[in-house]
Amino acid sequence: MDFSNILPALPSMMDGLWLTLKLTVLSIIGGVVIGTLLALARLSKYKFLAMAAGFYVNYFRSIPLLLVITWFYFMVPFIIGWVTGTNRPVGALTSCLIAFMLFEAAYFCEIVRAGIQSISKGQINAAYALGLNYRQAMQLIVLPQAFRKMMPLLMQQSIILFQDTSLVYAVGLMDFLNTARSRGDIVGQPHEFLLFAGLIYFIISFGASSYVTYLKKRTTV
Amino acid sequence: MNYHWDWGVFFKPTGIGSEIYLDWFMTGLGWTIALALTSWIIALFIGTIIGVARTLPNKIIANLAAGYVALFRNVPLLIQLFIWYFMVPDYLPESLELWFKQDINPATSAFISTVICLGLFTAARVAEQIRTGIEALPQGQINAGLALGLRLPQLYKDVLLPQAFRIIIPPITSEFLNVFKNSSVASLIGLMELLAQTKQTAEFTANLFEAFTLATLIYFVLNMSLMLLMRKLEKRVQVPGLIALGGK
Amino acid sequence: MISIEHINKWYGDFQVLTDCTADISKGEVVVVCGPSGSGKSTLIKCVNALEPFQEGRIIVDGISVGDPQTDLPLLRSRIGMVFQNFELFPHLSITENLMLAQQRVLGRSADEARDTGLKLLDRVGLKAQAAKFPGQLSGGQQQRVAIARALAMNPIAMLFDEPTSALDPEMVNEVLDVMTELAQEGMTMMCVTHEMGFARRVANRVIFMDKGHIEEDCSAVEFFGSPRGERAQHFLSKILHN
Repeated sequence: MDFSNILPALPSMMDGLWLTLKLTVLSIIGGVVIGTLLALARLSKYKFLAMAAGFYVNYFRSIPLLLVITWFYFMVPFIIGWVTGTNRPVGALTSCLIAFMLFEAAYFCEIVRAGIQSISKGQINAAYALGLNYRQAMQLIVLPQAFRKMMPLLMQQSIILFQDTSLVYAVGLMDFLNTARSRGDIVGQPHEFLLFAGLIYFIISFGASSYVTYLKKRTTV
Repeated sequence: MNYHWDWGVFFKPTGIGSEIYLDWFMTGLGWTIALALTSWIIALFIGTIIGVARTLPNKIIANLAAGYVALFRNVPLLIQLFIWYFMVPDYLPESLELWFKQDINPATSAFISTVICLGLFTAARVAEQIRTGIEALPQGQINAGLALGLRLPQLYKDVLLPQAFRIIIPPITSEFLNVFKNSSVASLIGLMELLAQTKQTAEFTANLFEAFTLATLIYFVLNMSLMLLMRKLEKRVQVPGLIALGGK
Repeated sequence: MISIEHINKWYGDFQVLTDCTADISKGEVVVVCGPSGSGKSTLIKCVNALEPFQEGRIIVDGISVGDPQTDLPLLRSRIGMVFQNFELFPHLSITENLMLAQQRVLGRSADEARDTGLKLLDRVGLKAQAAKFPGQLSGGQQQRVAIARALAMNPIAMLFDEPTSALDPEMVNEVLDVMTELAQEGMTMMCVTHEMGFARRVANRVIFMDKGHIEEDCSAVEFFGSPRGERAQHFLSKILHN
């Protein structure tokens, strides 16, 4: 094993890492927003809305992320073509972003739903009694409390998402893993670069999950 | 863009032997199930050992087990797979290395790598559940077992594990389902499981919507059946007065 | 039979037991009482080493409990223990609860273990419940099964750790009756309990603990007649008026 070639390759791998982080952060934001809307839909009094959201969540939770990534890679250009009537190609980054957001939304939805349900009915009643409407009650009273409670779970899911972004390898996106792999192949040291990539993922994930554990401890005391 | 819809595509001949495209899906499903079940057996076995080790009074063993869990949970599955498939064989004893790279066919070597990878990866998650299950049991149960004169292995085998397994069925069900979904990474090292067959059908026929729709349907039905199966199991081993831990 | 000599025990900086010394001879029934947090449950758990202690010695039937050479499982199998929360194994039927340790620890055959178990179950009046699971029995019934489970091991002595304090009041007596019967048959017993009626009727001796100390150790007659210490008097007047 010879790790001396990693240092010169660092700048290009940083580009890959940057893409991985961008993918992670944007997917978290999109996933949480869509997931929250889905959670509100699942808890809605309109039966049809609740059922549709429930089906969405169950469906995405029962198929592999890799399948969604691959499918969207093929499909998104078609759909955009149909919708806009043009034939402009879309990059793998866009299709992956959409895939991650829609897929993760199903998982974030369940976390948010549990968070909302953990807020006592009394809080909602109190909000209504003050004259707030549904939107205000959710936005000002319920969701802020719910999000504080589910922070550890949301972060845990985000760490899983961070690791899962490496699956974009399947559609050839140059994320951190893929960059490291190609640099390793170029210098003929694939093993060293693979291990290095694993180490970086480990440090980030482990650091983040240690922080989550710390948060959990602090909030339960 | 023109798209030629054809839901009958699955019954068309592939041009290879007398197979129709549906046969590809079935072969793929077979690989997926074989991968998942084999990995699950490894995961349950090793996960139980690691999970128990984490609860032992011996600090060195408990910390080693914790290290295992941290390592396998914080490195992406795909990197673990590449390590097992591309790297580890290079460091095997020569006869084993030759066997892996030359004697067995590529599907078998991909299968072996994936099963080891998924088994050890999932074991870390199973271990966490087992540990949670054991720690959820009241200290009094341990005391009662010890007071009767049970030795540590007997205490785990007869008192703690049977209870822990029962209460963690809901959370462990989702790990069981995850193995099936995660097995799709095998497609990235060339094993023709369900996802790989889907991709191949899509490329051969250009009917990618139909192909992927069928694939998601198969996964969906598989998922639902496994869930029902686990519910049945849960009912079956249910004992009055024992409550399960909430599943996610 | 059980001799406790100058036991000191700490949880971190906090001393839970201070210089505890007591002797229980064969056939004797000793009740240990005291306010909550006085260390009585901790002391009884030291006897079969469920709780380790840092200083002192406990000798049970000639064997030193704290000696690292001692085969603890073997020693524990000879001392029966009954817990506050019964601690039957919820995943096993009543019969299986009675059989488990007999088979695993004493190496008895399934038939022998079942016979012994059912005989004892009959003795505590619960033969009809043999096939049920613990979760299907009342607290009082569970505690009687727990006593039978301990007796099935042919113990040389029995430890009771607040056996009635988790029970609804109407179930206390069914458990105390079994304990009384056991005492009359000559079983050596060490009982942590607040049941002063039981102590007065059945106990040979009463040990009163407070803040980790043994404050009184005298015959039951003496204890209930005129406890010497102020704390014991205070404790008694409080508990008898409730």
